[in-house]
Amino acid sequence: MNNLEQCLKCNLCTLVCPMMEVNPDYPGPKKAGPDGERYRLKDPAFFDYALKYCLNCKRCEVACPSDVHIGDMIQAARIKYGSQAKAKGLRGLRDWTLASTDLVGSLASPFAPVVNEVLQLKPVKSVMDGMLGVDKHRTFPKYSKQKFVNWFRKQDQSGFDRFVSYFHGCYVNYNYPKLGQDLVKILNAAGYGVHLLEKEKCCGVALMSNGFAARAKKQGAVNLASIRKAAEAGEPVLTTSSTCTFTMRDEYPDVLGLQNSDVRDNIMLATKWLYEKISSGEIKLKFRKDFRMKVVYHTACHMQKMGWQLYSIELLRMIPGVTLTVLDQNCCGISGTFGFKKENYGFSQKIGSKLFEDIRTSNPEYVATDCETCKWQIEMSTGIPVLNPIEVLAEAIEL
Amino acid sequence: MSAKEYDVIIVGGGVTGAATVRDCALRGLSTLLIERGDICDGASGRNHGLLHSGARYAVTDREGAEECIRENRILRRIASNCVEQTEGLFISLPEDGLDYQANFIKKCREAGIDAEAIDPAEALRMEPAINPRIIGAVKVPDASVDPFRLVDAHILDAQRHGADILKFTAVTELVKEGDRVVGVKTSKGDVIRAREVVLAAGIWTAGLAQAAGVKIGMMPSKGALIIYGHRVANMVINRCRKPANADILVPGDVVSVLGTTSDKVPVETCDDMHATPEEVDLLMREGEQLVPSLAHTRIIRAYAGVRPLVVADPAGDGRNVSRGIVLLDHETRDGVPGLITITGGKLTTARLMAEMATDLICKKLGSSARCETAVRALPGSEGRKPRFKDPFNMRAAIGRHGTEVAQMDFEKGGEIICECESVTRAEIEYAVKQFGVRNISDLRRHTRIGMGTCQGSFCIRKVAAVLADILSVSAEELVREYMQERWKGMTPVLWGDTLREAEYMQKTNRDEI
Repeated sequence: MNNLEQCLKCNLCTLVCPMMEVNPDYPGPKKAGPDGERYRLKDPAFFDYALKYCLNCKRCEVACPSDVHIGDMIQAARIKYGSQAKAKGLRGLRDWTLASTDLVGSLASPFAPVVNEVLQLKPVKSVMDGMLGVDKHRTFPKYSKQKFVNWFRKQDQSGFDRFVSYFHGCYVNYNYPKLGQDLVKILNAAGYGVHLLEKEKCCGVALMSNGFAARAKKQGAVNLASIRKAAEAGEPVLTTSSTCTFTMRDEYPDVLGLQNSDVRDNIMLATKWLYEKISSGEIKLKFRKDFRMKVVYHTACHMQKMGWQLYSIELLRMIPGVTLTVLDQNCCGISGTFGFKKENYGFSQKIGSKLFEDIRTSNPEYVATDCETCKWQIEMSTGIPVLNPIEVLAEAIEL
Repeated sequence: MSAKEYDVIIVGGGVTGAATVRDCALRGLSTLLIERGDICDGASGRNHGLLHSGARYAVTDREGAEECIRENRILRRIASNCVEQTEGLFISLPEDGLDYQANFIKKCREAGIDAEAIDPAEALRMEPAINPRIIGAVKVPDASVDPFRLVDAHILDAQRHGADILKFTAVTELVKEGDRVVGVKTSKGDVIRAREVVLAAGIWTAGLAQAAGVKIGMMPSKGALIIYGHRVANMVINRCRKPANADILVPGDVVSVLGTTSDKVPVETCDDMHATPEEVDLLMREGEQLVPSLAHTRIIRAYAGVRPLVVADPAGDGRNVSRGIVLLDHETRDGVPGLITITGGKLTTARLMAEMATDLICKKLGSSARCETAVRALPGSEGRKPRFKDPFNMRAAIGRHGTEVAQMDFEKGGEIICECESVTRAEIEYAVKQFGVRNISDLRRHTRIGMGTCQGSFCIRKVAAVLADILSVSAEELVREYMQERWKGMTPVLWGDTLREAEYMQKTNRDEI
């Protein structure tokens, strides 16, 4: 929906834009969004390549008192007018590789031990930095020897009479099956069996931000078809990544034009679903008596956009033994694949510095957050381990 | 009394006066233009910004249509930077039928206008915003022209060829010696002499002439228009029927302009023209027939201008009215030598009007200089338009001023002051230097400051600070003057998002409204 005319030019969005603060080349959400759109409607030549700096964090949309879809407008403009701005040559190869999480994960997983070692070698890092423009400070999340789906196939889920579906996403499947395993453990303990979707593709968020919208749309259509089947079977589709969730719920219709209103409410974060079931008494979990953990919660930008951080926070508060501090909402700066790019590394770290400082000051055992890329960024920048709230819960319950 | 005697004094700084002063200057006449306000203050700044192909007049006024298409082609060349070659569509709705269309195409072709019937489906593909109920469409070479830029370009060229421009100075009377008009008396008390005085003051011409004993029957015809906040269509959209109210939508720069109405009004009201709520209602109702999405598109303001229609027979009752060009040689018509009136006509035909007037002036002054205005490009349109390149903040200025951006210092003044319209300090400094602006309303006409969605709510204080700094005047006074003027155009359309904007404007500028 293009509602640029509702903009009153109050500039609240400009005030909350994390990129604005660190990068004078970025025109800011108001100018890149509704102001720029008026000019682009006259002549696409008014497209400003500086729009590539938009993190798509949607903080502008959260701030807007007029409900202008500023971030969507910028994303849509990048897709519509910015295709020629796609990087070419080695940087193009890099963007393609970063965007193709599904494909690259499938290729890398079988060789996980080798790939993980190689990606950490200094000479490899410096070649990637110099030639491909992947910043040398970054470490790719390790690939798992066993994919989540292969583990899951060996799990017996037949003894249940109630089921939920699980959209695991690329990170759980290729890099971090433990998170998915923890969720299955919790759900089974709660008396629910787990199904995977008939067909699951990467949600497409990295494709969209790297200029491959058509591929993202194709994958989105596949996911929605499977989500519809789950909905027909009366199963909610649970997720463990805030960004995948946000993409499938909101970016599909607003940016890619994929209609999902019939199943949108069916897609939700596992933390929200669990919180609602536990607080209504439908699910009863047994907690360990000896569990103690000092945790700070970081609200990922897309969590804030959905307004769902409340569920994760309240779920953590329900766990006996958890000492929870909720951090001020600040962007961590990585914005998915954005922060991996050498040209963006400096912006990423500057944007995240307030958050890193807050975390260091609270000095927790763990940081909890619902977004995997926030996790990579916080672990790299603070050295403090980061968990998904689901992992905290899994550790706290008695099986 | 001023020592200097000009060959020609032109009264009125609208498009007609501007085109005439340019023509005179190019022909080597020493010329002065006097304007009581700013350039483009009257009807020239309160119109549709439509470069007619002549199609609208083809059925009823063959001569007018032929003039339009000739001038349309000339302006595309000499004023390439002011003209956007949008092309136009005449659409037929079921209630219009197709009978008019057949005759319309025939008449267009007779007048030399390329009118091509196209399939409704093809028309909707070209311009998806138009009413999907259309049963027919005709493509014509209409275009969008920025009246402010067009008039400015004429003024700049005249100055660069030696003409003097005297703004914010009214002509209080025509000075006569015997029957002959020998000059003008100004509001500053000066008498300035000239061999010929040309009245090009639109509807205000009649009053000036009358004081000199010359009667010109004029009939002010008010036209109201509304501005939508952004482009809903990129072509000029007309109704293919007998010309009526509110049946033209023009893409003007980054907005859409819908008009117009046509109502006879008393001369006394011409100094304070504004659109009424009734006119806005009428415009909206009809506009939705052209482009349905207008029903929910934000209107940012409404305004009105006055067409200087001339009654051919001053004793008549006003039925015999011409919309054509009127050139009056008062020496032969009224026995008052030294005085010429050029009026009527349209924005599209102003250059031709100037040529006709200047031909007459030259004949009287014994000059054989030939008219060159049809072949010489105007400032801003000379040579190739600079290519869009970074910095991005130059692009809007290139769109407005074309090759004139070479005179703006973006290195030093690249910061954007007016955000909706991307106006930089460099552009403000250029406008102050070239056009002698006194306040923000003047600045608006020569840039696009405050013409955007927020109508100045957000950045007007920044603008005032910059302008006050350049002019060494009070910033507060600048804001006050500007806000009053903006308010006038917003009041007839105060609902929905414009009402919200107005509340925001009031809160951020509460002392000035």
